[in-house]
Amino acid sequence: MTLTPSGAELGRRLREGDVGAAPTVLNLVESRPARESGEVQALLHEVAPGALGGEAPAHVIGITGPPGVGKSSLLGELVGAWRADGRSVAVLAVDPSSKRSGGALLGDRARIASDPADRGTFIRSTAAGERLGGLAPATRAAAQALSAAFDVVVVETVGVGQSETEVAEVADTVAVVVQPGSGDVLQFLKSGIMEIPDVLVVTKVDLGTVAQRARRDLVAALRSIGDNATPVVAVSSVAPVQGIDDLIAALDAHRAELDVGARRLDARRAGAVADFHAEHGDRALRALGGRRAALKALGEADPALEVPALTRALEERAGVA
Amino acid sequence: MSDHRLAERDRPWMMRTYAGHSTARKSNELYRGNLAKGQTGLSVAFDLPTQTGYDAGHELARGEVGKVGVPIAHRGDMAALMDGIPLGEMNTSMTINATAAWLLGLYIVAAEEQGVEARALQGTTQNDIIKEFLARGTYAFPPGPSMRLIADTVAYTVTEVPKWNPINICSYHLQEAGATPVQEIAYALSNAIAVLDATRQRVDPELMGQVFARLSFFVNAGVRFVEEHAKLRAMGELWEQIGRERYGVADPKHLRFRYGVQVNSLGLTESQPENNVQRIVLEALGVTLGRNARARAIQLPAWNEALGLPRPWDQQWSLRIQQVLAYETDLLEYPDIFEGSKVMDGLVAELVEGARAEMAVVEEHGGAVEAVPYMKAALVDSHRERRNRIEAGEQVVVGINRYAESEPSPLSTGEDGGILVVDPGVEAEQVEALERWRAQRDADAVERALDELRRVAADDAKNILPATIEAARAGATTGEWAHALREAFGEYRAPTGVGEAAAGVPSCEQDALRDEVERVSEALGRRVKLLVGKPGLDGHSNGAEQIAVRARDLGMDVVYEGIRLTPSQIVTSALQEGVHVVGLSILSGSHLELIPDVVAGLRDAGVDAPVVVGGIIPQADVEPLREAGVAAVYTPKDFDLGRIMGDIVALVAQRNGAAAGA
Repeated sequence: MTLTPSGAELGRRLREGDVGAAPTVLNLVESRPARESGEVQALLHEVAPGALGGEAPAHVIGITGPPGVGKSSLLGELVGAWRADGRSVAVLAVDPSSKRSGGALLGDRARIASDPADRGTFIRSTAAGERLGGLAPATRAAAQALSAAFDVVVVETVGVGQSETEVAEVADTVAVVVQPGSGDVLQFLKSGIMEIPDVLVVTKVDLGTVAQRARRDLVAALRSIGDNATPVVAVSSVAPVQGIDDLIAALDAHRAELDVGARRLDARRAGAVADFHAEHGDRALRALGGRRAALKALGEADPALEVPALTRALEERAGVA
Repeated sequence: MSDHRLAERDRPWMMRTYAGHSTARKSNELYRGNLAKGQTGLSVAFDLPTQTGYDAGHELARGEVGKVGVPIAHRGDMAALMDGIPLGEMNTSMTINATAAWLLGLYIVAAEEQGVEARALQGTTQNDIIKEFLARGTYAFPPGPSMRLIADTVAYTVTEVPKWNPINICSYHLQEAGATPVQEIAYALSNAIAVLDATRQRVDPELMGQVFARLSFFVNAGVRFVEEHAKLRAMGELWEQIGRERYGVADPKHLRFRYGVQVNSLGLTESQPENNVQRIVLEALGVTLGRNARARAIQLPAWNEALGLPRPWDQQWSLRIQQVLAYETDLLEYPDIFEGSKVMDGLVAELVEGARAEMAVVEEHGGAVEAVPYMKAALVDSHRERRNRIEAGEQVVVGINRYAESEPSPLSTGEDGGILVVDPGVEAEQVEALERWRAQRDADAVERALDELRRVAADDAKNILPATIEAARAGATTGEWAHALREAFGEYRAPTGVGEAAAGVPSCEQDALRDEVERVSEALGRRVKLLVGKPGLDGHSNGAEQIAVRARDLGMDVVYEGIRLTPSQIVTSALQEGVHVVGLSILSGSHLELIPDVVAGLRDAGVDAPVVVGGIIPQADVEPLREAGVAAVYTPKDFDLGRIMGDIVALVAQRNGAAAGA
């Protein structure tokens, strides 16, 4: 077995902007023994706001939507544009696992991958595993860690209705991707089953009028629930590629308006409660008075703390440490 | 005059051998030899760089030049390939798809140089891109522009090269990818409909009858030769209906179902390879027995295809099989021998009905182009079922899962191992020759021709052929032509089909393996992760897909990116994905060039993952691969996927110090 650097060492490398640490960081956060032995916490401690002297500089973007809408191809175009702009990019692509076998087929990087010699692009595919809702257990930790070193960190998940809520727990900006003719998204938005994302993206605009109509329908649906602000961007990832610059502008504009510190703090607290729940179950959560009470209790904690420290605070409070 | 004998013995079908390797000059020698032996047409095998639009010297062409076919980079290569062969009389079939318009252009120019006008040329460009997306992998451009290139070729040839078959719709490769007879019929005919629909927009409506008549098919024939014959009759019946009902074709001559055939390679075995000869003979019967559905042209594989590339003597044997069938037997003396057969009529009706239903599903997906992901996943599923039947012994393969004991075969024990090995020097030779070609041509004329090509490519209303022929005349190369079009059209990766493939139903023996995967994953602290990679230009992805799907079904996380990856792309994926083991599949013969690169790259990147290799790997190459650091090598005789999976899990456990399995 090869020697792997410690979590603290990896955290320091990330803090210094060493994007080459990314593969090892992912191996670490995905490893159960590393979680149990505190290595993951040591890593996150090194990249927590307390150690960085503020929030990590990356723009963390969640991209989600139903299967087959062209998320990966779109991501391929986005990655190319970011790289051309000199921004380093980490992509965490989360795929569903087979309920029957537990295994997963991870094929997204084929559509995203760029020049293999380019160290400024990092792509990791992860299986969602047993966690409900879409996010792989390690993805949140990975996004937090990598946002210390990369300019852009993308979390890509599959689904509609729940996945954007999960992604919102790690991302500064959530983009939901739909293709023309996906009426379910319209219905979900109107009925409140789905939360309103920060940016809506309609793909396959090369289809012409159908895509433009889909875009108009989405704008109308948003208006009917009183939302006039959420941008709806139409894109095509096949030649001639269209709308990528508009989308990047919309993502950047959202980030510029955002109170990053507040959103990240909310995200870390929600993450800690989710981890606590996953580890100790419903009964332990009830012992804390439920999810809202747990979040409220964390409101008293140091805002610069990393997720594992917050989780531990909850464990101590519930007496399950 | 009786009605059970023909007044005059039928003329035999056209006899060909799929051939070409090393260089244009060497392949020309081979063709002349084959024609002298009684072959009546040519079938050109191009190497993978030519098929995918790269010149020798391109990173992706490494190890592939001259391997599975002949490299043709420009009109000089084409002239050398056809040297001394009168193109006005020859009938040439070219297995070329993404770059078909270009190779046809080179052929037209080579004929010009011989003083033969295009109107006189006879032959076929395969030119079927949908099956490349589904099964064979030598596509270059996205679906839309690819269909335009096909439609342009059809529209151009129907008036300018009227005896040419501009497209050979292939069901052949679908069967190789696992298609059932119903799927083979349905997907091939749906494909033909997509081509006809695209062409209809680019030709004078009055020409549609002639267009319909120029479409031909390239089919497969497996060893279940009675059903296979019924399949061809069913295709003929459906084809006529499509012509009449969908395209208003009325002339019976235009409505004839015309097909050539290469019989099945999927069923040929590496163990006891001599058994392949009787398989090939029976398959040849399937496409010749009934006069009403007899092949127009036949090429038979060689007995040793599962071992490596056939030698001239192996190909001669296959040609002689055709000659015995055509000239010694009484096959060609009778009218159709199945007319009025209850069995045949019943089988045909069954297949027609099944194919109609499946064609309706494709239509519901929006036609063959839009249905590529659906069809691909269906093929992956069918192929998996076939493998499961063989592994379980339900489908007998003599010499594999039954009667496996064998005397040593004298056929494959010769000095050359019973196969042809291409001189690895041909790649450097071709790179140098290409440099000389570029140095002596009129560079300005080439640039002007390529500019015009780019302009035409960007204008969807234009036909690509005239500018293509002009670029061929000017001396442009295959890589330059394809590069200009890649710039205009963009690049494309076809769906792999594995993500959509159904999850396997657990069986007892798989349960034990699944437990072991779970145990090793627990010991590692994260789920066993496998990278399945296909280095090089080889598009035969069936094996890789089956490995990927089975590993997923056993509980592994599997990264599979599809075909055509460079060694450095594979290394980067392995590093970034943090995989525990890497499986590489390669069937084109470039394993000795590409695999050591991957192993060394992994080492340099600090990836501590064992590498296993599967594919058509001659016995003599196994040891060099192991010396290069490969942990295990699997060849077609290792048909038991379960055993391969067991090895992979054990390798991961061993490399990571996880205790040996229970």
